[in-house]
Amino acid sequence: MAAFTLKINGQARQVDVDPNTPLLWAIRDGAGLTGTKYGCGVAQCGACTVYVDGQTVRSCSMPVSAIGTSEITTIEGLDSKEAKAVQAAWVALDVPQCGYCQSGQVMSATALLSVNPTPTDNDIDLAMNGNICRCATYVRIRAAIHGAAKSLEG
Amino acid sequence: MTVHDTKLSRRTLLKGSAGLVLGAYVARADKLFAQAAAKPSVNIAPNTFLIIKPDSTVTVLCKGIEFGQGPFTGMATLVAEELDADWAQMRADHAPSNPQLYKNLAFGMQGTGGSTAIANSYIQMRQVGAAARQMLVAAAADAWQVPAGEITVDNGVIKHASGHEGRFGEFADKAMAMPVPADPKLKDPSQFRLIGKEGVVKRLDSADKTNGKAFYTLDINEPDMLTVVVARSPKFGGKVASFDATAAKAVAGVVDVKQVSNGVAVYAKGFWPAKMGRDALKITWDDSKAEKRGSAELLQQFRGLSKTAGKLVKAEGKFEESMAKGGRVIEVEYVFPYLAHAAMEPLNAYLKWDGDTAYARYGCQFPTPDHMAISKVLGLPIEKVKIDVLLAGGSFGRRAQQSTHQAIELAEVAKAIGPGKPVKLVWTREDDMRGGYYRPYCIHRMRGTVRDGKIEAWSDTIVSQSIMKGSFFESMMFKDGLDPTSYEGSNEIPYDVENFRCDMHQVDVGVPVLWWRSVGHTHTGYVVEAFVDELLEAAGKDPIEGRLELLSKKPRHAGALKAVAELADWKNYKVPAGRARGVAVVESFNTFVAQVVELSMTDDGPKVHKVWCAVDCGVAVNPDIIRAQMEGGIGFGLGHILYAEQTLDAGAPVSGNFDTYRSLRINEMPEIEVVIVKSTEKPSGVGEPGVPPLGPAVANALAKLGVGRPRQLPIVPGASA
Repeated sequence: MAAFTLKINGQARQVDVDPNTPLLWAIRDGAGLTGTKYGCGVAQCGACTVYVDGQTVRSCSMPVSAIGTSEITTIEGLDSKEAKAVQAAWVALDVPQCGYCQSGQVMSATALLSVNPTPTDNDIDLAMNGNICRCATYVRIRAAIHGAAKSLEG
Repeated sequence: MTVHDTKLSRRTLLKGSAGLVLGAYVARADKLFAQAAAKPSVNIAPNTFLIIKPDSTVTVLCKGIEFGQGPFTGMATLVAEELDADWAQMRADHAPSNPQLYKNLAFGMQGTGGSTAIANSYIQMRQVGAAARQMLVAAAADAWQVPAGEITVDNGVIKHASGHEGRFGEFADKAMAMPVPADPKLKDPSQFRLIGKEGVVKRLDSADKTNGKAFYTLDINEPDMLTVVVARSPKFGGKVASFDATAAKAVAGVVDVKQVSNGVAVYAKGFWPAKMGRDALKITWDDSKAEKRGSAELLQQFRGLSKTAGKLVKAEGKFEESMAKGGRVIEVEYVFPYLAHAAMEPLNAYLKWDGDTAYARYGCQFPTPDHMAISKVLGLPIEKVKIDVLLAGGSFGRRAQQSTHQAIELAEVAKAIGPGKPVKLVWTREDDMRGGYYRPYCIHRMRGTVRDGKIEAWSDTIVSQSIMKGSFFESMMFKDGLDPTSYEGSNEIPYDVENFRCDMHQVDVGVPVLWWRSVGHTHTGYVVEAFVDELLEAAGKDPIEGRLELLSKKPRHAGALKAVAELADWKNYKVPAGRARGVAVVESFNTFVAQVVELSMTDDGPKVHKVWCAVDCGVAVNPDIIRAQMEGGIGFGLGHILYAEQTLDAGAPVSGNFDTYRSLRINEMPEIEVVIVKSTEKPSGVGEPGVPPLGPAVANALAKLGVGRPRQLPIVPGASA
């Protein structure tokens, strides 16, 4: 065990865990933020997607000891205009079914729109194919990303 | 204070001998739960299903579990319709385990499955809403001293021409004291303003499922709680011979290690130390009673059996005589793999046991048998056990456990470490994927003949494991020793074929199996629709025209087929070069779904570009949820038909995660168009019926493309493992 100070959503959080503990479990069990989900543990499904210094990361596969002073953003800390547009579009189209993967989907979609305000279908495929949805809500995810992009055009 | 549904009767589920056991339990539970059913005064009668708060929010307690298929929104729609509530005031939550109050009227016990949520609640929940409305009106009439008949309710506002006006919350207490109407009058469908309407009802759970607030079992984090992972036998039926926990206990954060009947449980402060502790266990397994056959051996056995006649399920006309007359004789074999459900949230459950009472919280799909199982393991009376149902990250059948294996394991891990230590049992993805309870491995051998452009004979020999054997369902549901969920859809095809037979070999394999989204129809729908298409092709018929000619007694199949033909412009549409289209129509759970698929071939197998879908589910309660379930069913069906299988290596399941158990991803998802067939029939379910037609429609398009109908699934070989 070792003490780490993680900067999550702008707040310093102390977690006392083994250095090899994946960031996911430091966030969930250590910091008590449960919006970020466990789905596979091997960076295959994207349910655990967070941002580390603004970059999307599969938190299940990054050890907490590798984080250092980097800024972590989880679904609970999303507040950019892109995030708000994505979440509004998700609700408008009733995208979620079981909802368990959707934190990760929203994180990935927001990251996409932050760098590419007008994504094509192909851009969406490339940015989102690391996020599995077993309910297969993909038709609505795609439509909601386009919808969010449109709303951001203002 | 419940409003009983008098129109829907229980089906045969309660008639068998095991059903009587369940029935007796229900009757006993009646008394046991009677006191617990009394609710605080803010609840309005029928208080079992509704909570109306002073702020006028109306919370509907949903009998079934919400894991994406939409019952929260569906139940609230039915109540709000008759209550004349404003949609914005509606909420939903899970009802706790209570088999008397919250039984599924299709099952006779509390449980979700068989796409029954709306079907079994359509009248009951409307009666609840209508009764509550009548009681609120009576309360307002009394308060305002005006005749109840002069009061109107509209969008959550109670009004009288004298100028009186109020909202539900103001009258909730007073309404509680009013008599519960025995037979509340329901609206005529022409008066509906929510049911079947577009754009007025939004899902109640979308916002929380978009911002991380939706609360699942994995999110439980109580003080003093221990996270538990269990090391289970790599082979089904294996037992712990001996184990050494020294290294496991040395892992920081591990609190204890205990043997349970299913394996060795590691208790820790958090998931990661629990998993590290489990990795450090040294276990010797006793495989003497374990299943040790691999997939190749099963194929050989099943294939051999399929070439012999099984136990007769149904026969009409003279099949063998007709075949002997020759014509275009076609014999084909279809092989279906074991499939894991692989819901996004692996299995998990929480239990707090203090020695005298137990309180479980999890995504429980069959509360009644689970409740009994936990009581039994802990030696507690039924009334000392409570289960709260939580949202679950998908199920697809996996959480509907007649074996109650997870509830037993949950209670055992709590018992093993002793009272006063709350436990959260967590399955890893690998535990979930390799843990069995798969869609059964099965083979269908189809034989038929076409003479003079007509399908003269049809036979289907099925070789499959039983899903219900050994469970409480067996004595209720088996027919002549056979499990109907293995042959449903194959024993009664919708097409007019004079000479027909269906027979089955029911095989025992030591791999636990379970219902998997649309159950038998996942394979029977495939073989029936691929085979009829192949025979029609041999007969020189158009796939849709040919089917319609044979559907003379099946107007709803024909209706769905015609609707999809129109939606896809079957006759005039110009299929782009390099692509082909295929069609299928399947009835499952009283819902009729027809789909047209357009695809091409790529180096990575078929690429499905578009799916047109027509669904007839009777009265459409929530059109947008119906569309969503068709979209999801299509994606779920497609991913598995293309890529997924669980194989066995000397009895041990091979695929443990999504790297080898390939799941459909967004780039593989087709464009989808859905039309809902207008109907005044009783509403039926939509959670499962979107799945079955997809596979055969893909197969039939591949035949049209010259690739042929895939005989062994998945279509893309080697995608898994």
